Formats: sequence, structure tokens, C-alpha cells
Amino acid sequence: MIEFLTPFIIILIKVIFLTFLVLLPLVPVSVYFERRFSAVIQDRVGPNRVGLPLTLFGFKKDFHLFGLVQPMADGIKLLLKEDFTPSHVNKAFYWLAPALTVVPALITVCVVPFGSDITLFGHTESLVIADINLGPLFVFAVASLTVYGITLAGWSSNSKYPLVGGVRSTAQMISYEIALGLSIIPVLTYFGELNLTRIVEHQVDNGWLLLPLWNAYGSVFSAAYWEHSGEQWLFMIPALIAFIIFTVSIFAETNRMPFDLPECETELVGGYHTEYSSMKFALFFMGEYAAMVIGSALIVTLFLGGWSLGFGLDKHIAALEVAGFGIGGLIHMMVFGGKLLAFILFFILVRWTVPRFRYDQLMKLGWVVFFEAALINVFIAALIIAAPQLGALIITIGAIVLIAVTAAIIWVAKVSEDKTPALRA
Amino acid sequence: MNQLLPSLVFWIFAGLTLLGGIAVVALRNPVSSAMAVVTCFIGLAGLFITLSAFFVGIIQILVYTGAIMVLFLFIIMLLDLKVEKGNARSLAGIAAGLSLVAAFVIQLIGVLGANPDMEMSDAPLNKQRMVESAQLLTKESDDNPHPVGADSAIVKSLKEGSLPDVHLVGHKLFTEYNFPLQMLGVLLLVATVGVVSLSKKKSA
Repeated sequence: MIEFLTPFIIILIKVIFLTFLVLLPLVPVSVYFERRFSAVIQDRVGPNRVGLPLTLFGFKKDFHLFGLVQPMADGIKLLLKEDFTPSHVNKAFYWLAPALTVVPALITVCVVPFGSDITLFGHTESLVIADINLGPLFVFAVASLTVYGITLAGWSSNSKYPLVGGVRSTAQMISYEIALGLSIIPVLTYFGELNLTRIVEHQVDNGWLLLPLWNAYGSVFSAAYWEHSGEQWLFMIPALIAFIIFTVSIFAETNRMPFDLPECETELVGGYHTEYSSMKFALFFMGEYAAMVIGSALIVTLFLGGWSLGFGLDKHIAALEVAGFGIGGLIHMMVFGGKLLAFILFFILVRWTVPRFRYDQLMKLGWVVFFEAALINVFIAALIIAAPQLGALIITIGAIVLIAVTAAIIWVAKVSEDKTPALRA
Repeated sequence: MNQLLPSLVFWIFAGLTLLGGIAVVALRNPVSSAMAVVTCFIGLAGLFITLSAFFVGIIQILVYTGAIMVLFLFIIMLLDLKVEKGNARSLAGIAAGLSLVAAFVIQLIGVLGANPDMEMSDAPLNKQRMVESAQLLTKESDDNPHPVGADSAIVKSLKEGSLPDVHLVGHKLFTEYNFPLQMLGVLLLVATVGVVSLSKKKSA
């Protein structure tokens, strides 16, 4: 009976550990960072008081812990607020919508490789819940379900600002999904692989996609590296374009500033969650941050080497053993967490420094700039990858055709630009 | 366990699909019906995944649930359709529906009755069968006019015992169906350009 249940128990432990003890705590952590970092940017202090209320127990002073407990206080506040359901809403969908925004974000965790294998009690286990061969596609597919939550929240609230927010978010997410999917085609062609674990392992051996400082022949300090790294450096061009398009599209997909049109306070009160209060509002909030964490995880995994530390150090880390337990995976997990936090800080930095786009600018960026740029990028990458098999003449012709097509597209986009100045209200 | 689990998952997703399908017709609110279609599609995707067709299942969610149904919902919300009221069921409608169902059931019985492979002679997809098929795929034959390379990702993955469904679909598409694929690509490009030029505002 035990052997019958063991696989289930292991999967259950992994789900609980990675989803509820790794991903979900990252949400309050990023909320805390958001508040403190925005305070730094705006030259304020930020929440630095909430800590252990020792004065309640007769001590002289509170212990403030640098405000680290602030997210917990926020959570308690949100839980204890009155959960008010307006009378004019469509009850079923009004209740369903917050869950529909959080659940997809939590499901997508299952393909993210958090670290290399760990060995406990003689049993080796990988730090990924479901090692399926379709990682990025799975994330896109499940993340595209988030839009239902937002749309239904807007519609079921039965009031005009939420509806506009919901409609905006639908259009925005569908538009940027195209750029999102197209932009990583060069990356996936380069790896020849859709399995995120193997993509990371490839980067362990051959250098991160955006930082190819080492490969199978050695690192930057050895001569053999420079003899074999030409293609890697050349591929930096499409990789960098893909990285920029992908990152900006993730901003748009997660409704973060500067693309938070579905909930922009100055135009739509609160956007799609205007009618929500208490924990139902908190779920939208959590969904947004969880999506941001997953988006960062995907960027780190695809472009910045996932859990790898690089420079050939990973083999040594993976081989680390303490008292018979292979703990290399946990160290890799910390590396991954570090990269993730750095990226989350980048998200926050952008949010507090870049002003919000106008809606037509947002649509134009998605459809006119990113869509075409991603398409051209696919061909650039294809040319670079196929170059070793082609003759010099064909490469030259290909490059010239590519440049001509690019110039033509830019010209068409310029010509078709709306010359009339936009009306301002 | 390995026999029990797939069939259990099959029944869950089959039930979900049927539930969604029934709800589409039974519910009177257009938005509810659209969400029921979404449920139905997710159930279908689950069924594909139980059959180890991960790629088809996930594309099903990505394309139909994530894009097409969202647009449906979008349109329904913008049109502000009210809940359908009154007796919308006419006798002709019911008769037409019943006859369609009857025709489909008869066809299904015909197909299933004529198929001698009902016993599922080559059920579960295990490692041994994958290794065998890896060897078959590398040899050129009448069934397999475009063999895969012996050191390709497909063969490697099959020998490890995992189904490289994306690679297999890609190999098939870009060898056997290369020409139709290119044609479809051109067709889609024309459609995209057409949509852009049609939806552009006419400047004075």
C-alpha cells in the first residue's frame, strides 16, 4: 500500500513545497519590496515599523524588524475587512472571478525548474513538479486563462468602470500574447527544446543565453573558448531582441505599470476590481504578483540560465553532499531565488519610474512594433542558426533580403502612421 | 495504479466535457454559455493529455480557450446581450436537434462496429514500445519515407522513454506536409495583411 502511494505522496510534497512554501511567500516578499523600493525611489522611508509588538507584553521597546512583517499586517487587514457583495452584481461570476485570476498563476509553477536534483534518504528527486516537454507553451496556455478572471470580474460587477477595465484587459492580453509567443521562437529554435529543465541544463554547459561567458571548451579566460564562441556571440543579437520583446510583453500580460490600463486609477477608479473588497480584492492582488513572479521565473529560465551559477561551478554544487543528503539542489534553488528577486526588483523599478502608456500607444506598440520585430527576429535567428550549413553566397543573399524586408516594414509603418494629432479630452 | 489512474482521469475529464456541453445549451445567459464552452474545451484538453498527446491538449487550451473563446466573450460582453427569456424552444428546433444527434449516434455505432481494433491491441505507451518505434523511425520504408537521423532529438528522447510529441509533429509537418504547411502560412499571412488593411481608418 505504501509503495502504491509513494509517487502520489512525493508529488503532493513537491506541490505543497514549491507552490505554497516557495511561490506564495514570494508574493508578500515582493509586496514588501515594492513598498520599500518605491519609498527609496521617491525619497521616502516606507513601512519600517511593523515588527514584534513587544510593548504589548510589558517590554520597554517594540522590535521593528525593518518593517518585514508589514505584508502580514496587510494580509490580516485584508482578511478582516468587511466582505461586501454589491446587490447589482452577477453573484456566480462575481465569486468565481478572483479565483480564476489566482489559480492559473499557481498552476504554471509546476513546469518551472527551481533547482537541480536533490538527494534525500537515497532517493533523487528533481525540483520541478511536472517535467513536461512543453514548458513555455504550458505556461502560455494556462496563463492565458487568467484573462477570464479579469474579464468576468469586469462584466459581473455590472458597473461601467469595471466593464471598461475588463474589456481593456482582454484586448491587451490577447494582443501581447502574440508578441509573447513569437518572441521566444528564436530562443526555442536555438535550444531545439521545449523542456525547461533541459533548457537550463544546456545553459549550464554552454553559457546563459544572454551571457555566453563560458561553453563546453572553457570560460572567457581560455583561448579554446574564443575559438568556439563565435556563434554564441552572434546569437546574442536575436536573443537580446527576443529578451526585450518578451520582457515588455510580460509587463503587459501581468497588467503591470506602464501597461496597467485595465486598472488605472486616474481613468477607471480601480478598473476591473472596483466593486471588490476584502479577500476577494486581495486575490486579484495576489494573482497579479504571482503572475509577476512566474513571468520573472520564465525570463530567468529562458534567458539567464535558470538555477545555474555558471562558469562550470554547477557540477561541483550539484555534487555537494552533507551527511549523505545531496543538497546541491537547494543551493541552486537559492541562486534561482536570487535571480528571481533581482528581476522582481527590476519590475518594481520600472513600475515606479516609467509613466503609463495611453491605450492607443499600447496597442500600437503591441501590433505595429513588437509583432513585426518578433517576426523579423525569427528570420534573423534562423539565418544565424542555419549559417554553418549554408554557402557564403546564400548567407549574403539572405541577409540582404532580410535587411530589405525590414526596411520595407519600417517604411510601411512610418507611412501608415496617423498624421492627425490625437484628441485630448 | 498505472492502469487505474488513467481511466479515473479519463472519467473525470469526460464528465467535465459532457457537463460543459450540456451547460452550453441548458444555460440561458450568453456569458454562462460561453464559460460552459470553456469548461468543455478544458475537459477536451485534459482528455488529449490523458492520451499522452500533450502538444495537442495544450494547443487546444492556448488557441481555443485562451484566444478564440476570449474573443467570443469579448463580443458577447460588448453587445450587452440580455438573458434569453420566454419560450425559445420551438418544435422544429427540437426535432432538428434530435435528428442530428440520432444521425451522429448511428454514425458512431457504424464506425465503432466496423473497426476490428476495438480491443486496443497496442495500449499503453511504455518505454519498450518507444525504443522499438525509435528504431522503426530511423529506417526508410514505404510507411516512413522521411526517416529521422539516428542522433536526432526524437530518437534520443524515445530511447529515454519520453514521448517527443512536439518533435514528432514538427518532423511530420516539415517533411511530409511541407508544401501544404507553406501554403497555409501564406494564406494566414494574406489574412493578417487583409485584416490590417481592412480595419485601417480611411484617411481623407
